[in-house]
Amino acid sequence: MFDLSFLLEDGHLTLLRNGVLTTVRLFVVSGLMASAIGIVLATLRALPVRVCKALVVVIVEYHRNVPMLVQILVWYFGVPQILPESLKLWINASNTEFFLAAVALSLNSGAFVSEDIRSGLRAIPHTQQEAAWSIGLTYLQSLRYVILPQGIRAALPALVNQALLLFKNSSLAMAIGVHELLYRTKQIDNLTFRTFDIFLVATILYLIGTLALMALSEHFVKHRRVPLGV
Amino acid sequence: MFEILHDHLALFLVGAWPSGPLGGVANTLILAALGLVASFPLAIGVAMAQVSPWRWLRTGAGAWTRLVRGIPLLLIIFWAYFAVPLLVGAEVSAFTTAVCAIIVYESAFLAQIVRAGLESLPRGQMESARSAGLSWLQSMRYVQLPQALTNMLPSIVNQSVSIIKATSLAYVIGVPELTYSAAQVNTITLTKPLQTFMVLAAFYFVLCFALSRFAGWLERRIARHRLGLA
Repeated sequence: MFDLSFLLEDGHLTLLRNGVLTTVRLFVVSGLMASAIGIVLATLRALPVRVCKALVVVIVEYHRNVPMLVQILVWYFGVPQILPESLKLWINASNTEFFLAAVALSLNSGAFVSEDIRSGLRAIPHTQQEAAWSIGLTYLQSLRYVILPQGIRAALPALVNQALLLFKNSSLAMAIGVHELLYRTKQIDNLTFRTFDIFLVATILYLIGTLALMALSEHFVKHRRVPLGV
Repeated sequence: MFEILHDHLALFLVGAWPSGPLGGVANTLILAALGLVASFPLAIGVAMAQVSPWRWLRTGAGAWTRLVRGIPLLLIIFWAYFAVPLLVGAEVSAFTTAVCAIIVYESAFLAQIVRAGLESLPRGQMESARSAGLSWLQSMRYVQLPQALTNMLPSIVNQSVSIIKATSLAYVIGVPELTYSAAQVNTITLTKPLQTFMVLAAFYFVLCFALSRFAGWLERRIARHRLGLA
């Protein structure tokens, strides 16, 4: 009943492989950008400047309360309208869909990451900050060398869950025509009408990624190192 | 932005109704409400199985939630599109397909919430219920679940935010809901994609932000109640 020989015909396997590679690339690129964005947002929010805080709150709330798909549509259909011509040309010269999907995914994930880091930072006792100041570190130095490393460690399980979400969300990029795993799955389905078989393959491929991430998150929860052992 | 909202308000709110099928915000809310109401009993069943004294039931329920959480919602929607007509033996509308997929997907996440609620109750609750002569099911029904659900109410409201966001994916299989309306408006106006999709985002934002605020309020109220202040 479960026969995969159709994959070997007419380059379907290549389509599938390219889909997997695109999904992985989208995940890795967006994941790296999201980490950077998350750290920047969390730092801005920790600064004792009111405008920075308000700005971060607005960014985070937007990404939290608007569906991922809609954010992708805003970036794909909407944002190019206001971009300067030169920038549009530059984006179009590469893979437009991939680029804009990656931007949308990174910003969304970055907003959530910043919240996870923030709650990680809150787990750090205030005495750490005071101790860092008293040995002469500036505010930014204390963040960089004392607070953030501990905070990120405390936030690890939540961050891995965020990665899981990002991995699953990358499938939404198919809605704007990024040739990722789910897009290729539908394509092979349309070509071969082997719906059950190809969906099962795609499901297994997604599960390999997501189950691994779930296991990693559970590992971090089990071996969570509480800062200072308090 | 306001021009678009003004010109196409009806399309955003109710879709083509009354001359065509109901759509827009109204259909999004119906989809979300159906998804929440129908996935809730399923979630309670799965959560009870996960804390039950029967090992195979725990394992089965645990595997099921992992499986569902590991598959992107869009893929579950495609599965439903393929499998639901086969299971029912008749043609199924896109709306029903979307509802089925959302029920399966969200029930796994709701089950996690209910389970956390059950596990956070002190052990003495179950022990005293059992020693009072209640069966395991009776203790669940009359002692454990009522307390767990009250405590978890804010998380459940928060999950309904995620259900509303999930309904946007129904657009991909052509269910006339809010995102679908925006796509229609975009094809009508053609030159203002950014404004159109910003209006769309604003609609979701208002719905979801209000709900998450409500969840926060509930949480504070329940916390106060527990301290005996209210």
